[in-house]
Amino acid sequence: MELVTPDLGLVVWTTLSFLILLFILGKFAWKPILGALNDRERFIEDSLSKAEAAKDEMARLTNENESLLKQARAERDQILSDARKVKEQMIADAKELAHKEGARMIELARVEINNQKSIAMADVKNQVATLSLQIAEKVLRKQFEDHQKQDELVSQLLKEVKL
Amino acid sequence: MNNSSILNSKIFKPLLISALFLLFCVKPTLSFSQEKAAEASEKRFDPKELVFEHIGDSHSWPVSVPFMSEHFVALPIILYTDKGLEIFSSEKLGFHHAEGHEAPVYKGEHYSYKLEGKKVVAVNETGEINKEAKVYDFSITRNVISMWMGMIVLLIIFFAVASAYKKRSGRAPKGLQSLLEPVILFVRDDVAIPNIGVKYAKYMPLLLTIFFFILINNLLGLVPFFPGGFNLTGNIAVTLVLSFIVLIVINFSGNKYYWKHIFAPGIPLWLYPIMVPVEIIGIISKPFALMIRLFANITAGHIIVLSLISLIFIFKTAWMSTVSVPFVVFMDCIELLVAFLQAFIFTMLTSLFIGMAVEEHHH
Repeated sequence: MELVTPDLGLVVWTTLSFLILLFILGKFAWKPILGALNDRERFIEDSLSKAEAAKDEMARLTNENESLLKQARAERDQILSDARKVKEQMIADAKELAHKEGARMIELARVEINNQKSIAMADVKNQVATLSLQIAEKVLRKQFEDHQKQDELVSQLLKEVKL
Repeated sequence: MNNSSILNSKIFKPLLISALFLLFCVKPTLSFSQEKAAEASEKRFDPKELVFEHIGDSHSWPVSVPFMSEHFVALPIILYTDKGLEIFSSEKLGFHHAEGHEAPVYKGEHYSYKLEGKKVVAVNETGEINKEAKVYDFSITRNVISMWMGMIVLLIIFFAVASAYKKRSGRAPKGLQSLLEPVILFVRDDVAIPNIGVKYAKYMPLLLTIFFFILINNLLGLVPFFPGGFNLTGNIAVTLVLSFIVLIVINFSGNKYYWKHIFAPGIPLWLYPIMVPVEIIGIISKPFALMIRLFANITAGHIIVLSLISLIFIFKTAWMSTVSVPFVVFMDCIELLVAFLQAFIFTMLTSLFIGMAVEEHHH
């Protein structure tokens, strides 16, 4: 029975001591400790949400970069293919132009050749005519050196004339 | 029996450790009883006396050094009588007088006093108990000193931890701080918040103080030598105070739903004469259960350990220690668990009751 009978003195001392302990610990231990724990938790939560935001931002940037890169790559391809087309066009144009120019020059040359040829032919004809005349003159002169032959011819010619 | 075979055997080392352990363990109380036994040689060893000597309170503090005789330090006796205050040393009352001898009578300013068992009583000239004198004992007993030592340990620990939080703010916990932080977080996140809910912050200082006060005193109670070796949390006065504080906190934080549940529960009118008294008893019985649970658990553990040690002296052979000591070690392990468990349960139920009192009903 003595065991379960609370002793008045101990009750009083325990009450006093416990309340003082509660006050002192509450003011100087639990308050700073719980405050620090709360602060740290808030800090961790903040940091986590910031990290999450940074991750999102990062993903957004990566996406943007990728799309930019894709766009750039497409542009590059476009430019390259354009350039190729232009090149081909230029080559084709140049070829055509060269062809035309060549043809024109050949034509001109041909015309010139023809001209020169006709001039030369005309010259030759004149020469031939002059030579022929001279030859003919010389031949005629030679044939008609004696009078008999001249008379003979006149008479023949006269015979031929029919009046 | 050949002693050398014992020395060579593998169990010698554990045995030696057990014996040393035993020496440190039971020195304070056992040598006391041995001394007594020597003085009254015919008197048989009384385990009940030994156990109750330890479980109860006393006006002296046993100081024991291994291999040396035991000393008792006198503690102050503070008496409040109907004629005024009396303060004197317990030495005057012969706190350590042998059983069977007449206790010495000390003549104070107002009355004469002597020890009747462990109680200080006023006596008249003939040595008879003076029934008319009203004497209230507010002495600094062994348990009061123990409690103060426990509190000093608590203050040292938590001031160090609190300063660590200030010094290392924003950094990871270290040392003692990181040892206790999970415990503090456990009390907050697994005891207070699930039971009390959003209003938990107001009750955190009380819950933490109760938890660590019970825990440190349970643990110190398991230490068999200074600064432990007492039975504070197994003392009904201490558990009474703790549960009374809980009772007051519960009822002062009770909201209108709590009181409505007690005095106007939604039941048929004819049930009121039964239900209202039951609910009022419930107010008392909840903290009462807390008080009895802690007291009984801790006291029972101490009684079992001491009884096992007493077996050695009942059988009057040191060989009994080969049986007793392993059992005591086993019991101490269980007591270690109980020390945490009871601190946890007390705090848990306190927060549960507070939670029931502050709960908001939406209907």
